[in-house]
Amino acid sequence: MKFIDEYRDSRLARGLANRIAQRSTRKITLMEFCGGHTHAILKHGIRQMVPEAVEMRSGPGCPVCVTATADLDKAIALSRLPDVIIATFGDMMRVPGSYSSLQQSKAAGADIRVVYSTMDALELAKANYGRPVIFVGIGFETTAPTIAAAILAARREGIKNFYVLSLGKLTPPVMKALLDADGLRLDGIVCPGHVSVIIGSRPYEFIARDYRVACVISGFEPLDILLSIDKLVEQIEHDRPAVEIAYARGVKPAGNEKAREIMENVFEVADARWRGIGTIPASGLKIRTEYERFDADKAFPVGPEQPLREPEGCRCGDVIRGSAKPVECNLFGKACTPETPVGPCMVSGEGACAAYHQYGLPENLQTL
Amino acid sequence: MDETILLAHGSGGTLSHELVEKEFLSFLANPALNKLDDSAIFEASGRLAFTTDSYVVNPIFFPGGDIGRLAVCGTVNDLAMSGARPLYLSLSAIIEEGLLINELRQVVQSVKEAAEEADVSIIAGDTKVVGRGQADKLFLSTSGIGMVAPGVDISGANARTGDKILLSGTVGDHGIAIMSQREGLRFAIDLESDCAPLNKLVSRMLEASSRIHCLRDPTRGGLATTLNELARQSMVGMVVEEACIPVSDEVRAACELLGLDPLHIANEGKLVAVVDPADADRLLAVMRHDHYGRDAAIIGEVTGQHLGKVVMKTSLGPSRIVDMLSGELLPRIC
Repeated sequence: MKFIDEYRDSRLARGLANRIAQRSTRKITLMEFCGGHTHAILKHGIRQMVPEAVEMRSGPGCPVCVTATADLDKAIALSRLPDVIIATFGDMMRVPGSYSSLQQSKAAGADIRVVYSTMDALELAKANYGRPVIFVGIGFETTAPTIAAAILAARREGIKNFYVLSLGKLTPPVMKALLDADGLRLDGIVCPGHVSVIIGSRPYEFIARDYRVACVISGFEPLDILLSIDKLVEQIEHDRPAVEIAYARGVKPAGNEKAREIMENVFEVADARWRGIGTIPASGLKIRTEYERFDADKAFPVGPEQPLREPEGCRCGDVIRGSAKPVECNLFGKACTPETPVGPCMVSGEGACAAYHQYGLPENLQTL
Repeated sequence: MDETILLAHGSGGTLSHELVEKEFLSFLANPALNKLDDSAIFEASGRLAFTTDSYVVNPIFFPGGDIGRLAVCGTVNDLAMSGARPLYLSLSAIIEEGLLINELRQVVQSVKEAAEEADVSIIAGDTKVVGRGQADKLFLSTSGIGMVAPGVDISGANARTGDKILLSGTVGDHGIAIMSQREGLRFAIDLESDCAPLNKLVSRMLEASSRIHCLRDPTRGGLATTLNELARQSMVGMVVEEACIPVSDEVRAACELLGLDPLHIANEGKLVAVVDPADADRLLAVMRHDHYGRDAAIIGEVTGQHLGKVVMKTSLGPSRIVDMLSGELLPRIC
């Protein structure tokens, strides 16, 4: 048992693909919320195994992609403050802000370190006593408990130079915002696997009940995704929208209560701005007053140095909302490539444009 | 107290001489080097291959090797991939003040062992010492000279439609072994770098077939980058089968965990050969007979379609593009 091969069995995969083809009688549109799902779908060629009538759209589940340019600008401005060390996930480095990127700021002399977890940022603070270490706290419900745990550890250990720029975001509110928006008509959602490990399946129930959109929580292996598509098609064909878990080895209906408790202890729900969508009420995480001494917004209020500027021609916003496919952007593969990214979706390991560019065959990019 | 490198070791005076004689010459001695003249002089005639490379790996010691072994193998392999028989290397060391002399000695010992294994001599060298923070412990640079036998014509531009693509073993071992040792990412894994000189494997292959068209070692950027380079240089397409590419369970597990593609991870002891289909099976057998080619496999072939691109048939059946590594995926690894 290695927990890899079991979920990549080609015979089982073909069986599932056949079942989906048999079930499918009409054209439907599904959204895979997670960038991780988009990458797995393209990497393993799952798109080619599913009938054309089942259209797949990528969603906003890429923390780097949904970070608003204004927030990225703020991180860049923080990096220019004297003595400050910025700790960030690697993908954030290359995303272009209005006038610069963290990568360019680093080259110009800012001290910016790539970390693999929030706890690493905390270690960095301990090792650099006297210098403020600011963690760029992007992420969904998956990352938020770890950021909260780091803040709790900092308080427990009396670490005074650790700060978080809280940019955490919540999944169900953005799903609601997409469903309320005009234009995109979804029949089903491949719901996030890792986020659901924390929040469980209940927060999606309003989607099936009020919007009559099918929901299946999926893991990230090829068989997980095919099984989820199969369940979605089944629900849609029978007109019985519900929330199902096709990732039972990771997700329980109630989620992880302990992790949520830690998260709710440190953060409160607040409005948040999303790239391409704008401000969504009650869709973000703000550090509670009790922990405000770790809040970079409070400790280092930086205003915009120059007016906000969005990259011209970039359709990341549309891609994040699922209303455009990466190939529908005029910049895709021309002005915007992984080497010279114009928008975050081409940078991030979870970005839809990066996935299409990295794995898409030239002859079938248009039909993906 | 442990002896350390001082700035004075780079002054050119007594300490510099002592450093060269005690820590380098005593390990690497050979007639050309022993003379300590300004240049090494040697006899050569025919077609020569010449290459150079720098090594800045962090950490300098890693499972399966160290920066010394890497510096010899890297340059030996670059020569071998041109079809050359490596003969002579130069070794230049930029040492950070404060490096433990014991560590330097271990590295030079590795240089000696790797050079012996590859059957090459280090005939020229240089050392410089820089202040703390101006280098990261130890940077090495090696240049190499080799002889190319008459009739051998190996180039990245030589791949032809119908050729078979051979790979000498598992991919990703070096990059993952290094990553497992890095600060902030340390994880327990039973894996060693594949760092090895491949010149003897290549010479056996050249004896067995005169129809080897391309050879390349997939170092930084991994197998994906090497295949793309060859496809572009030869203006051909390539199709590889995911199920045929050897990847160890350890590398696969680490890659899944870190969200990396084994095809993008560096190797330091593997080669890709693009060969005439008539000789593919014979070459595969020859490779499998060699210690460093024991897991060799035929992983795909060259096609006249999708020129300049590499397509992979995934283990589930469908196909997808294999792209070059873009940007900086990882910290310094070679």
